[in-house]
Amino acid sequence: MKRHGSIRRRLFFQLAGVAALLSLAFFVVVRGVAESAAEATQDNILAASAIAIADSLRSENGDVFLELPYSAISMLGSVGEDRVFYRVSTIEKTLTGYADLPPPATALVAGDPVFATHDYRGDTVRSVYVLRPVGAAATSRDVIVTVAQTRDGLAATSQRITATATGVGVLFFLLATALSLWAASTALAPIERMTSAVTRRGPKDLRPVTAETPAELVPLVEALNSFMGRLRASLSQTENFIAEAAHRVRTPLATVRTQAEVTHRKLQKPEHRQAMREMIRAIDESSRSAGQMLDHAMVTFRADSLAQDDLDLRTLLSETCSRLEPTAELKDITILHNLPTMPVPFTGDGILLQAALLNILDNAIKYSPDDSIIQASIALDDTICLSITDQGRGFGDADLSKVTRRYNRGSNVGNIVGSGLGLTIADEVARAHGGRLAIAPNTEGVGVCVSLHLPR
Amino acid sequence: MRFLLIEDSPKLAKAVQERLQLDGHAVDHADTLEAASACIAVADYDLILLDIMLPDGDGRDFLEQHRQSEKRTPVIVITARSAVSDRVGLLDLGADDYITKPFDFSELEARCRAVLRRQGGVAASQKTIGAATLDSISGELRFDQTTITLRNRELRLLEVFFNAPGQVFSKSHLMDRLYSLSDEASENAIEVYVGRLRKRLEGSGLRIDTARGIGYRMIPE
Repeated sequence: MKRHGSIRRRLFFQLAGVAALLSLAFFVVVRGVAESAAEATQDNILAASAIAIADSLRSENGDVFLELPYSAISMLGSVGEDRVFYRVSTIEKTLTGYADLPPPATALVAGDPVFATHDYRGDTVRSVYVLRPVGAAATSRDVIVTVAQTRDGLAATSQRITATATGVGVLFFLLATALSLWAASTALAPIERMTSAVTRRGPKDLRPVTAETPAELVPLVEALNSFMGRLRASLSQTENFIAEAAHRVRTPLATVRTQAEVTHRKLQKPEHRQAMREMIRAIDESSRSAGQMLDHAMVTFRADSLAQDDLDLRTLLSETCSRLEPTAELKDITILHNLPTMPVPFTGDGILLQAALLNILDNAIKYSPDDSIIQASIALDDTICLSITDQGRGFGDADLSKVTRRYNRGSNVGNIVGSGLGLTIADEVARAHGGRLAIAPNTEGVGVCVSLHLPR
Repeated sequence: MRFLLIEDSPKLAKAVQERLQLDGHAVDHADTLEAASACIAVADYDLILLDIMLPDGDGRDFLEQHRQSEKRTPVIVITARSAVSDRVGLLDLGADDYITKPFDFSELEARCRAVLRRQGGVAASQKTIGAATLDSISGELRFDQTTITLRNRELRLLEVFFNAPGQVFSKSHLMDRLYSLSDEASENAIEVYVGRLRKRLEGSGLRIDTARGIGYRMIPE
C-alpha cells in the first residue's frame, strides 16, 4: 500500500486556502470601495467650493472682481485638519490666491470641473479646476478657479478603513479556518466510523460489513464484501474438498486395513506377520494425516467466524474424557478427573474446544506407557485452565515453543503414529478464543502437562 | 455377540464380517436401510454398526427411526468424515458412539464393550467354567463368594482362555489380542500379564499352564 497524504489535511488546507483568498479579496474590495467613496466625497466638496468661488466672480468693464465667499473655504475645513489653497486666475495672470499652484495639465471646458492629484509644497494635494467665462458674451474672459486641499484627512480615513477591513478580513479568515477544520472532521466522520468498524472485526472475521455506509463508500465496501465472500467461499470449498477427499480415501483404507488384520491373524511366519503390521501402521498413518488435515481445515474455517455457544467447560471436559476412555482402557490407562464442583460457564465454539481437548487427550494416551494415569483438571485463577497431565515420555529435548507448529513433533516420538498437527489444532483453537496453549513438564515426575488457558 | 452391520461397500462389509467372526462374533450384513429394517424385525442384536452414508438414505434417518422404535439395541456409527461437527451431530441424534474409518478392531471392541456396559450388560456376555464365571462386559470374575474386577488387558486375555478352555495359545496370538496392531510391543509383555492373571485366578479352581516353547493354556486345577 502506498500511503498518500491525509484526506483530512488536504481538505482542511484546501478550505483554509480558499478562505484566505476570499479574505484577501474581501479586504481589497472593501478598501477600494471605501477609499474611492472617501475620494469622491472630497472631490464633491472641492468642486462645490470651486463652483461657489466661480459663482461669486463678477465682471465690471472688462475687469474681473472677486469677493471670496468664506463659506466656500469653510466647507472644506469640515473635511479635517487639511490645508486649503486656492487661486483664481485668467489665462495671463493670477487674480488672487497662491500664484504658484500649478495650472491644469489639460484644456478645460466651461462648467466641467477637472480634478488632479499632484505635489505641492511638499504635500500631496488634490486639486479641482473650474473654468468660468466672466462678463458679457462679447467681452467675456475665461477665469480659472483652482481649489486644492492636502490629503491628510483622506489618508487618515483610508488608514481607518484599512485597519477595519484588515480586522474584518482576519476575523473572517479565522472563522472560516475553524469552520473548515470542523467541516473536514464532519465530512470524514463516516469514513472513520467505517474504518473502525472494519478494524474492530479483526483479521479473521469474514462476515460482510454491515455498518452504515455513505453513498461514496458503497462501491468500496461492496468490493470488500464481495472479496470476503469469495474468500469465505474458497475456504469452505477447501473444507468440503478435504472432507470429500478424506471420505474417498478412508473407505478403501478401512477395507484394506480390515483385510490386513484378517490376513495377519491367519499368517504364521513371523516375517510375514511383521510385514502385515507395517502395512497396517502405514494405513493408520495416512488415515490419521487425512483426519488431522480435515480437522485443521475445520478449525481454520470455524475460527474465522467463531460460534458463541454457552458452554459448561466442566461437562465438555468430562464428556471428552469419556469419549476417549475406551481407547485409554486398551492400555490400562486410568483417566482421573479433578474438576470443580460447580459448572464452569464459558462462551465459545464448543466443537472447536472439543476438538482441541480431544487432540490433547489423544496425544496423552498415545505417548503414555501402559498402566499409567492421566489427570484431567480445571483450575480457576486469572484464566480458566483446562489441563491434561500424563506420565508419558514428554517431548524429549525438543523446543517446547515449537511443538505447536505445524508438522513439528517431539524429538522422541519413536514409531508412534502421529501427524504433527494435534497440538497445532489445540493451539489455534486457544488463540481463536483469546487464550493460549501452555506446555510444561509434569511437576510430579515424568510426563507433560498440556494446558488450555482461556480468558475468564 | 451378535452384530448387525449396515454398510454399503461389499468389500468392506465382507472384511469386517470375517474379522469379527475371527473373534467368535456372529455378524449379519445389510447393505441398505431397507434390508437393515428387515433384519431388525426378525432378529435380536447386541449391537448395530451403522455406516452413515448409505445408497437409499442417510444413516441419520435410520438413527432417528431406531430411537423412536422400542428396540434398545445400541448403535455405533462408522463414519468416513472426521469433521468435528459431524461427530457431535451423530451423538445428538442418538448414536451411542462413533468410530472413524479406518478403524482398529481392538478399539471397536473396546467401544462395543463400553457401550454395552453403559446399557447394563448382555446375558450372553457371561461364561462359566467350573465354579468361575467371567462377565466380559462388566469385567468381573466371580467364584465362590469372591468378585474380582479385572483390568482391561487381564480381562481380554482371560476372555481368550475362557472361549477355549484347554486349548494352547501361542504368545503371538495372545499379543494380537492384547495390543493394537499398530502398537510396538515385545512378546515378553505377555509373560507379565499371564503372571498377573495367575494371581487373579488363585482359588478359582482354574490355572494357566505353560506349554513350554508353544504358549499357554487354561486348565482346571
